[in-house]
Amino acid sequence: MNVLLGVGGSDDGLTALDRTIARTVEAGDELTVAVVENPAAELSLEAVRDAVEERLAEAGLDAPVVVLEGHAGSRLVELAEREGFDRIVLGGGETSPLGKVSLGSIAEFVVLNATVSVTLVR
Amino acid sequence: MSGFAYPETVAGPYDPPPYVFEDRKDREIRVERYDADTQFEAVVEMYEAFDPADRAQGIPPVKTEAIRTWLESILDEECVNVLAWDGGEVVGHATLVPDGESAYELAIFVLSDYQDAGIGTGLIEALLGAGRESGLDRVWLTVERWNNPAVALYRKVGFEAGDAGSFELEMTAALTEAGTGSGDSRGE
Repeated sequence: MNVLLGVGGSDDGLTALDRTIARTVEAGDELTVAVVENPAAELSLEAVRDAVEERLAEAGLDAPVVVLEGHAGSRLVELAEREGFDRIVLGGGETSPLGKVSLGSIAEFVVLNATVSVTLVR
Repeated sequence: MSGFAYPETVAGPYDPPPYVFEDRKDREIRVERYDADTQFEAVVEMYEAFDPADRAQGIPPVKTEAIRTWLESILDEECVNVLAWDGGEVVGHATLVPDGESAYELAIFVLSDYQDAGIGTGLIEALLGAGRESGLDRVWLTVERWNNPAVALYRKVGFEAGDAGSFELEMTAALTEAGTGSGDSRGE
């Protein structure tokens, strides 16, 4: 399977990265990581890209990393469709103090607009 | 939560519990603060009876073990909890949980047999009264935006809606003058 993982620097995105790396190694998937702008995250695009590349290197995965500037959701959907990815993978949302799951704005956009399958990692 | 706008007027103000009232099905409902020493198991029983179809945003958990873990965190003494009782049975629960940024997140749960009977209103008013009694200034919640009965209830008791994402509506309420939009509790 040809997987596009979107990472925007929030905690759930980094969790999704770790889990997707493990899954990619196990299943022999093809993985591309897209670093996207997330207004809700504190990390810069460069810091997120560095973290992504470090974790890929640790796992011995030679996966391409692309940086998508601009509106994260629409850029991810556009890239997935243009390049023929089978699936978009994203962090599955943050948990509130009370334990409520709240979906990030990027995940909301992608779920509502993607024509390929979407996996939200919990 | 920081970044939220809070209303210019105080919600209520509501009296703290206990409340005793008759619901629309003539049941006598008591709303009281939660007593950690004696009532934990009664709350667990309520959530074991909770209809999974009434879950929202991942809570309450379904399995008993997960219910216990979740309740241990939200029934902590730094949270504010009130229970609605029908005789010896807990039929509703409302909670305020600190968000670490000097405001509190609110949630309310009512067993399906006791919904649409006016219990939610009594429960949430008692909770806001208890919160005010405990010195809380600001509360907020998120609600699935298609959940019209819940949104209407929150508006009725003094919440105002903020920015809406696609799926969730954020709502805030002030319990004291200091918690209003023009209050001074924001700049700790």
